[in-house]
Amino acid sequence: MADIRTVGVAGCGTMGAGIAIVAARAGFRTLVYDTRAEALAKARKQSEAFFAKSVERGKLKPEQVSAILANLVGTSKLGDFKACDVVIEAVFEDLKVKHALFAQLDKICPAHTLFASNTSTISITEIAGGSGRDDRFVGMHFCLPAQLMKLVEMSPGLNTSEASFQAAWAFCQALGQHPVKTKDSPGFILNYFLIPFNNDAIRLVEAGVAEPAEIDKAIKDAMGYAMGPFELLDLVGMDTHLLVCEAMHGATHEPRAACPPLVRRMIAAGHLGKKTGRGFHVYKDSKIFGA
Amino acid sequence: MPYSLIDTGKSRSFPAAHALTQGAAAAGDVVVVIGTDVARGLAGIQEREKKTAIVVELGTECLGVHTGESRGTEGSNVLGFARFRLGAAEPTKLVELVRQPNTDAAALAAAKKVFEDAGLTVAVCNDLPGRIVDRLIRPYLNAALRRLDEGLASADDMDTTLKLGLGYPEGPIALLERTGLAAHFDVAQALYEALGDAAYAPARRARVAKLRA
Ligand SMILES: NC(=O)c1ccc[n+]([C@@H]2O[C@H](COP(=O)([O-])OP(=O)(O)OC[C@H]3O[C@@H](n4cnc5c(N)ncnc54)[C@H](O)[C@@H]3O)[C@@H](O)[C@H]2O)c1
Repeated sequence: MADIRTVGVAGCGTMGAGIAIVAARAGFRTLVYDTRAEALAKARKQSEAFFAKSVERGKLKPEQVSAILANLVGTSKLGDFKACDVVIEAVFEDLKVKHALFAQLDKICPAHTLFASNTSTISITEIAGGSGRDDRFVGMHFCLPAQLMKLVEMSPGLNTSEASFQAAWAFCQALGQHPVKTKDSPGFILNYFLIPFNNDAIRLVEAGVAEPAEIDKAIKDAMGYAMGPFELLDLVGMDTHLLVCEAMHGATHEPRAACPPLVRRMIAAGHLGKKTGRGFHVYKDSKIFGA
Repeated sequence: MPYSLIDTGKSRSFPAAHALTQGAAAAGDVVVVIGTDVARGLAGIQEREKKTAIVVELGTECLGVHTGESRGTEGSNVLGFARFRLGAAEPTKLVELVRQPNTDAAALAAAKKVFEDAGLTVAVCNDLPGRIVDRLIRPYLNAALRRLDEGLASADDMDTTLKLGLGYPEGPIALLERTGLAAHFDVAQALYEALGDAAYAPARRARVAKLRA
C-alpha cells in the first residue's frame, strides 16, 4: 500500500469542511471538492477562522498555520483528485449521489487510491458496490464537529481487503484521530445507541412519565452525562432527527428507531429546537429556560 | 422544613449516614419513610392525613401499591421516592420523586424541599414503572450487551465510542461491569414484567451473570 501524502475531501458542507481541517492540520496536502462554489468559499473562511483561533490559543504557531493553509486547496474540478492517495466522501446522504461521484472518481484516481465514505446511515458495502473498487473502500464516520471530535468509527464493507482496512486505519491515526472498529451495520455504534435512546426519551414524554426538563435533570445527575436527551435533541433539530430516524428505521425495522409521533407534531408546529427558539425547551439568547 | 424519619431497615437509598437521615427531627410535618418495609412504616403513622407530606421509599414497585388507586384520580399527601443507584454502586445525588395525578401541591413542594435541603437533586415524575432513569437506560444497557454478542464491535471499542462520541463518563460495558450485571438483570426483569416491552427483557449476558450470582 503506497504512502498517503495527498488527501481528497469530496463535499465540503458541515462535515467535509471539518474533515478537511483535520487532514490539513495533520500535515497532509488536502484537496477539497464541492459542486457549489459558495460551499468552497464558506469552508475556506471557516478554516481560516478556525486556525486563527488555534494561534490565539497557542495551539499552533503562525508559520505553521500559513503552511497548513497553503496545503489546503479548494477545487471545483474533480479531475484534480487524480493526485489523491485517499478520498473521503462527505456529500449528501443519498446513495445515488454517492455512487455517481465514486464512479467518476474511480476513473480519475490511480489504482492505489483508497476510497472512504463518511456516511451516517447508508451501508458501506452498498456504497462500495458502486465505486468500482469495493476492495479498497472503507467507512470512516467522523463526528460533528470533526475538527474537535477525535472519534472515527471505521468499518470494512463485505469486500474490503484487510490490507486496505489496515492502511485506512493507519491513515486515521496519522490524522491524529481515534479510530474504533465496527461492523458495517446501520448507525454503526454511536447512532445505533443514540437514536433509539433519544426516541425512548421522547416516548417517556409522550407517555406522561415526566416533563423534558425533569428527564434531562435526572439523566445528567444519575449518569453524569454532559447533556440531557432533550438538550441534545434541541441542538440536533427535530427535522434532522426525523431524517436520521427514517434512515435507521428503514434499514433495521427496529421499533425503538422509529420516530415518535410527537416529533412530527413539533415539526408541524415549528418547534424544531434551538434554531427556532423552541423545541423541548424554550430558548432566548441561546440560554435554556426551564431546563 | 422539620421532618421525621421512619427507618424500616436496609434502605437502598440511604445505606449509610447522610445529611437527610441525620437532619431528621423527633417530629415534623413531613415524614420520610425509608427501608424495605415502608408499608409497615406507613401503617404506624398516626393521623396520616394531617401531615403536610409523607414520602415513602420505593423499590421497583409503583407508589399506587402503597396508596391504592382510583380511576385516575388518585393522589394525596403521600408521595414515593427513590435515590437513583446502579447495583452495587454508591447512590447518586438524584432523587426521583413520584407523584400521582391528584397529589397535593403543598405535599409535593414540601417533599421536594426536604430532599433539596439535604443536598440532593430532585426530578419529579409520575407513578409509572421504572420512573425516569431505569425506564430510559435499561433498554440501552440491554442493547449494548446484545450488540456485544452479535459482534458489532469489541467491548472496549463500544465503550470508547460512547465516551468520545457522546461525552459519557463511562461506556455501557464498563458501567455494567462496575455496578453488576446481575443487578441489571433484576431491574430489567422487573420492568419487563411491568411493561411487557421486549426492549427490557434482560440480555443474555445479564441472565448468565444472574445464574452465576
Ligand atoms: N451532519 C452530521 O452531523 C454528520 C455526522 C457524521 C456524518 N455525516 C455524513 O456526512 C455526509 C455529509 O453530511 P453534511 O452534514 O456535511 O451535509 P451538508 O449538506 O452540510 O454537506 C454536503 C455537501 O456536499 C456537497 N455535494 C453534494 N453533492 C455533491 C457532489 N456530487 N459532488 C461534490 N459535492 C457535493 C454539497 O454542495 C454540500 O456542500 C453525509 O453522508 C452524512 O450522513 C453527517
